[in-house]
Amino acid sequence: MIELVQTYWVYFLIGQYPKGPLGGLALTVLLAALGLVLALPFGLLLGMARVSPWRWLRWPVTTVAFVVRGTPLLMVVFWAYFFLPSVTGVKTDQFTTMLIALVVFDGIYIGEIVRAGILGVPRGQVESARSLGLGYGRAMRFVVLPQALRSMLPSLVNQFVSTIKETSLGYIIGLAEVSFIASQINTQVFTKPVQVYLVLGLTYFVMCFGLSRFAYWLEARTSRRTLVRSAPKAPA
Amino acid sequence: MRLATHPPMPFDYSLLLVGKYHDMLVAGFLLSLQLLAASLMLALPIALVVALLRLAPSAPLRWLGFAYVESIRNIPLLAHMLFWYFGAPELLPEDIKQRLYAGRIEAMSAIVALGLYTAAYMAEDIRSGIRAIPAVQMEAGRALGFGFLATMRRIILPQALRVTIPPLISQTLNLWKGTSIATVIGVAELMYQAGQVESATFRSAESFAFATAAYLTVSMIITGAASWYQHRFPPRAA
Repeated sequence: MIELVQTYWVYFLIGQYPKGPLGGLALTVLLAALGLVLALPFGLLLGMARVSPWRWLRWPVTTVAFVVRGTPLLMVVFWAYFFLPSVTGVKTDQFTTMLIALVVFDGIYIGEIVRAGILGVPRGQVESARSLGLGYGRAMRFVVLPQALRSMLPSLVNQFVSTIKETSLGYIIGLAEVSFIASQINTQVFTKPVQVYLVLGLTYFVMCFGLSRFAYWLEARTSRRTLVRSAPKAPA
Repeated sequence: MRLATHPPMPFDYSLLLVGKYHDMLVAGFLLSLQLLAASLMLALPIALVVALLRLAPSAPLRWLGFAYVESIRNIPLLAHMLFWYFGAPELLPEDIKQRLYAGRIEAMSAIVALGLYTAAYMAEDIRSGIRAIPAVQMEAGRALGFGFLATMRRIILPQALRVTIPPLISQTLNLWKGTSIATVIGVAELMYQAGQVESATFRSAESFAFATAAYLTVSMIITGAASWYQHRFPPRAA
């Protein structure tokens, strides 16, 4: 086991990097981070569209969200792999394909988080903003979203955990992320599949468990703050 | 997967309705459904046991439940599949291993991975269902002389079931989508067959449309079941 780690740790972490393309754990983290960051604005728009007062906007977005949530991510990856080259005319590499599939898939899920966050803001907040003379857009921007985004933070960290797990599907289209590299190592070593895949599992565990504990802590802190803020003030 | 760049071809329905490729896709769909059923059967009892462990009166048992849930949920399903297919069989004694390799080992590994993975999520749903039942119910049961397990079985679980069914149905939806990942270890389920048909015919749109429609149909049935249940058995105040 020790020998295995000593021989392959650089390959596991960065793939063939200095001599070839970046891979391994670094690629997994890069892909997950880029995927989440790019999906955020997309999800914000989708979430706002899902609670918008205009039917022509709400209905199509709701339908798309329903379709994507009923389909496996792998299906989205396959569609991206097939569609992107025929739409753009350029041969898309595995990284871009996976990134676009992740952005679409996560965007929809973040849209649900945003929707729940907006619906979680007390109705009275919108009503008072509107009666103070703010339009729909400005009430959203200055009153609802700042509160909604704060309550969404723990869910977003959990979404990052899901994204890290989802990047493992890159394996199927031959993207050299950490699961793919682990399988390469397994093929080279040949005699130690249990150890190789245990190390792979442990790697994901350390990242995802750490992040989900962080989300848990954030959530506890947020709910504590809300309690303090909404507590009635003692009479002077 | 190979990349096909070609001028757009008209959508060929006949490919999906009759012939060899139709049979492949349908066989894949049926195998996906079998994976769903088998792993659900495996997941439910494990989930119940793990949920009870997490609420057990003794700290080591609670810790065991926590360790199960966290170690499974924080590792992607794909890595579980790889482990159960490439790794785990190596730990078995030689004669059992030979017998496994002679049979349908990919499907077995996929069911074990899917079942254990889903069980971790379902355990959390069952646990929060149980916690929704006021603690006085447990105390009353214990005061009447029932043990922990007897109180659970006769008093808590029948009430908890009602609130637990809808989240369990939505976990079943995740399980259904998860069956697609069995492709990675070569189980000939729907996604695998769609890929095979695609590379044999270059009919990407047709084969992926079939798979998407099939996944969506089952997803819609599962979602429909959840909302029917919530309508038919609305949560009651305990």
